[in-house]
Amino acid sequence: MSSSAPSTIDAASRALAAGELSATDLASAMLDRIAAVEPTVHALLTVTADRALADAREADRRRGAGESGPLLGIPIVLKDLFATDGIRTTCGSRILEHYVPPYDADAVTRLARAGAVLVGKANMDEFAMGSSNENSAFGPSRNPWDPGRVPGGSSGGSAAAVAAGECLGALGTDTGGSIRLPASYCGVTGLKPTYGRVSRYGVTAYASSLDQVGPFAHTVRDVSVLLGAIAGHDPRDSTSAPQPVPDYVAALTGDVRGLRFGIPAEYFADGIATAVEKSVREAIETLRGLGATVVDVSLPHTSYGIAAYYLIATAEASSNLARYDGVKYGHRAKRGADELLEMYRHTRDEGFGAEVKRRILLGTYALSAGYYDAYYRKAQKVRTLVRNDFRRAFETCDLILTPTSPGTAFRIGEKVADPLAMYLSDVFTVPTNLAGLPGLSVPCGFDEAGLPIGLQLLAPPFEEADLLRAGDAYQRATDFHERRPAEIGAASGGRSEASEQQSA
Amino acid sequence: MSDTRDETPDYGDWEPVIGLEVHAQLLTESKLFCGCSASFGAAPNAHTCPVCMGFPGVLPVLNERALEFAIRTGIATGCTIPTRARWARKNYFYPDLPKGYQISMFDEPLAIGGGIDVETPAGTKRVRLTRIHMEEDAGKNIHDTDDAHSLVDLNRAGVPLMEIVSEPDIASAAEAADYLRTLRSLLQYLEVCDGNLEQGSFRCDANVSVRKKGDPKLGTRTEIKNINSFRNVERAIDSEIRRQIDLIESGGTVRQETRGWDADRGRTLAMRSKEDAHDYRYFPEPDLLPLEVPRERIEAIRGELPELPAARRDRFVEQYGIPDYDAGVLTARRDLADYYEAAVRTHPNPKALSNWVMGDVLRTVRERGLDEALVIRDWPVSAESLGRLVARIDDGTISGKIAKTVLEEMLASGAEPDDVIERKGLRQVTDAGAITGAVEEVLAANPDKVAEYRGGKDKLLGFFVGQIMKATGGKANPQAVNQILRARLGEPGTSSGG
Amino acid sequence: MPVSLEDVDHIARLARLGLTDEERTALRGELESILGYVEQLAKLDTGGVEPTASMRDDSTPTRPDRTSNDDDAEKLVERAPDRQGTYLRVPKIIEASE
Ligand SMILES: [Mg+2]
Ligand SMILES: [Zn+2]
Repeated sequence: MSSSAPSTIDAASRALAAGELSATDLASAMLDRIAAVEPTVHALLTVTADRALADAREADRRRGAGESGPLLGIPIVLKDLFATDGIRTTCGSRILEHYVPPYDADAVTRLARAGAVLVGKANMDEFAMGSSNENSAFGPSRNPWDPGRVPGGSSGGSAAAVAAGECLGALGTDTGGSIRLPASYCGVTGLKPTYGRVSRYGVTAYASSLDQVGPFAHTVRDVSVLLGAIAGHDPRDSTSAPQPVPDYVAALTGDVRGLRFGIPAEYFADGIATAVEKSVREAIETLRGLGATVVDVSLPHTSYGIAAYYLIATAEASSNLARYDGVKYGHRAKRGADELLEMYRHTRDEGFGAEVKRRILLGTYALSAGYYDAYYRKAQKVRTLVRNDFRRAFETCDLILTPTSPGTAFRIGEKVADPLAMYLSDVFTVPTNLAGLPGLSVPCGFDEAGLPIGLQLLAPPFEEADLLRAGDAYQRATDFHERRPAEIGAASGGRSEASEQQSA
Repeated sequence: MSDTRDETPDYGDWEPVIGLEVHAQLLTESKLFCGCSASFGAAPNAHTCPVCMGFPGVLPVLNERALEFAIRTGIATGCTIPTRARWARKNYFYPDLPKGYQISMFDEPLAIGGGIDVETPAGTKRVRLTRIHMEEDAGKNIHDTDDAHSLVDLNRAGVPLMEIVSEPDIASAAEAADYLRTLRSLLQYLEVCDGNLEQGSFRCDANVSVRKKGDPKLGTRTEIKNINSFRNVERAIDSEIRRQIDLIESGGTVRQETRGWDADRGRTLAMRSKEDAHDYRYFPEPDLLPLEVPRERIEAIRGELPELPAARRDRFVEQYGIPDYDAGVLTARRDLADYYEAAVRTHPNPKALSNWVMGDVLRTVRERGLDEALVIRDWPVSAESLGRLVARIDDGTISGKIAKTVLEEMLASGAEPDDVIERKGLRQVTDAGAITGAVEEVLAANPDKVAEYRGGKDKLLGFFVGQIMKATGGKANPQAVNQILRARLGEPGTSSGG
Repeated sequence: MPVSLEDVDHIARLARLGLTDEERTALRGELESILGYVEQLAKLDTGGVEPTASMRDDSTPTRPDRTSNDDDAEKLVERAPDRQGTYLRVPKIIEASE
């Protein structure tokens, strides 16, 4: 990408509106950038070059016809679990390696209506199960800040693509931190909206009561634009919320005076990296300097979050993933062709990776006869307690401020052998999902290795506007979100399995 | 519906305990959670979409009318409709189950309690209901195409069902059939299910166990699946009761298992092997919210309930003065009762019309092999036409005997009774001159019989009437014939007249 | 919470998951350790606490009973790994026994 090409949606949108740039030029620049960095980053599973150029031409035509809009002509990528009509959607899994959906997800339709340009489908942990992207069946994405490290997961490809400049915005999903953790690890801004704020229709389910669609971009302003485009009631999703969608960009006043930030002691406990704690405490001071107030709050059930989350999420996943059986679409094993039960077992053995199998088994166990009450039902009760914690905390504050994760991006392979250690990366993000709340991660510093650190802001349900206003005010006062990784060479990184094809 | 059935079987000192689970397809246009057609007869998989085929990312949205129908049924059977019901997933793998789970209800069903009053030869029997819940149907597997494969058609997958579960209050196979007939009639009255057993829109599974009479403890039960006619319900349950009794008496024990009914061999067969014991792992369906039906809505549905069979039967006896038996037959099906009432509105002779409907109408329906459940829909003579036909008997235009001929013509051509009567010249002859002529002719042709009659053989009157009717093509008014004949012949044993 | 290989086999069967011997062994240990971790929930007193199954408190929405199907049997079936006409085709299902 030429140095003059804008790196934010806001800047690009203004350049497009002013006629300084065409959507077609911008798309081409993005495709060039993708070609240059993909061998290292491997953020994408499918590069939709033809589609991107067609979308861009259409955006230019619409603009020529007098249309305008903040996403008209803006290149984006989608986590590869958003159904895209005619474009393969793998969910990072062998079992769907060649699957081409017959319809578009609601968020995809809304982005197309807004004129966004699809440049690719992003790598991800298989079926969104993971915190590092190492569970992708097609090889992990790499962190643009250090290709030896993970980008976080499960929406790691989406975050890495934004960080590496392969697109200006991206969509991911967040079930236990899968947007916020990679946003934090990759030094970009990521938002998990309130459960029900964005339709899940067309989004491959991992854990239905926890999954939520959300945007990535460099800035809170860009994230606000994306949220405005994808949020809203969808009659095809029974859990979608009917609440009206406010003008999120208009809410970005830069003013946080009088806003009360709650600081939960439980999120600053043992195990948090020194650099992380230091950066987050500095962020608190920054906000205080902007006129915000800071109060102590308590979220006493925080430490039970991971346990409850892994029971609920895996139970739902064990059921959601039963449909991959080699009957209607996707992979079917050649072995076992003479007997149905064997066909099922071989298909699912060949099609699913280790983490998916582990979670299916855990979830099946948690729901099975004799264990339901002790595991699944118990976890649902703990969920109530976690929810009540937040309700109580929000009686004395407007937003809650925490680190996004106890640490920064870890090395590829570092936690693979210990699933439990991996699960604990999500200790600060999981409770939000259990409570259905919105959460924002913004860059707030760098550790001694130069790796980005994320600040997490949480709000009561449907108070995204407050969250975004606070995040934007913070970004007006800081420049962490403006820093970019050093030029990514083609030298490091493993073999890329990204397929430069576009089906149908 | 047949009124004949096998004698109540005698199981010695054994007492069967039977509970029934009925799956009734709700009469909606579209499926329970998607916009696909719920109708039968399409090409394989033509009635499918990403939702009912379980594609990645799809979500269910509840069909308004299906919910309404299930609530209506719950209210009509006296169930309590809890303030909250909850959808649950029932997890199991089968090719006809595209998502790997069925969306159903588990521990928080739509309706609980209630019951159904069943008329049995021994009197009214109350069969209590455990619950009614909603769920989606599975597709269809076809096994007999070749040795190596089965085929799957998902047209039915997602069709709305209501599962009606009875308490084990049923004591014989015959009673089970009576219960099912009553329930089917009720669902047809409510217009929530067409009750078609052959097409599978009304299906029954039976839980059967036996115990020694007086034993408070229930025996181990088996579940019989896939019974597709009332006759087979009786046969299957009776056969299973006898199998269990024989088994226990020969020292065996009943195994809790699912058995299928083999109609050809007339016995039940174990369906699934023990190692595949089911663990459905029910849990609340996270893609749907709980079902909270406002009280006002329930009361509104209650207010709109149609008159139900038992009430209608009582009213028929009261209002039309027909025997209880007649009222029972006429009200067993809503369409038949509607037909009868429409006919009575056209011509207020309830008893005569009752005889016509129960006699000629139902007999012809059976002769034509029409589905008894759907009788009136496919019946070519309107209630109004039938009323007008009987009116022509009562006003003397035609005789009852001629009326049967007229009805046949109406059935064949769809014509109105008056048109048939005119066109075929069937109008009854009441003109005394014309009848007297025929009387004279017959008497003149049979002088010896006249003599015998006058000699005291009064039974010959019938012979003369018959001859006169024959001479007039059946059209002579029988009363006029009688009157004129008697006047002409004089009293038997007298020789007056001439 | 001890987990046996038989437990692993049982739930793998319920989940229709084929596992190699190494996977069986590895998963047994992993499940045992994860279940050991979640065991902490047992210590938490949840008496009188209602489980949260749904994030939203409304009653589930409904849609009008209207059909929206184009009756195109080909469209979806073309994605099936095996088919016969517009039927999906699977290895023989063996149902009845005795
Ligand atoms: Mg059922
Ligand atoms: Zn459908």
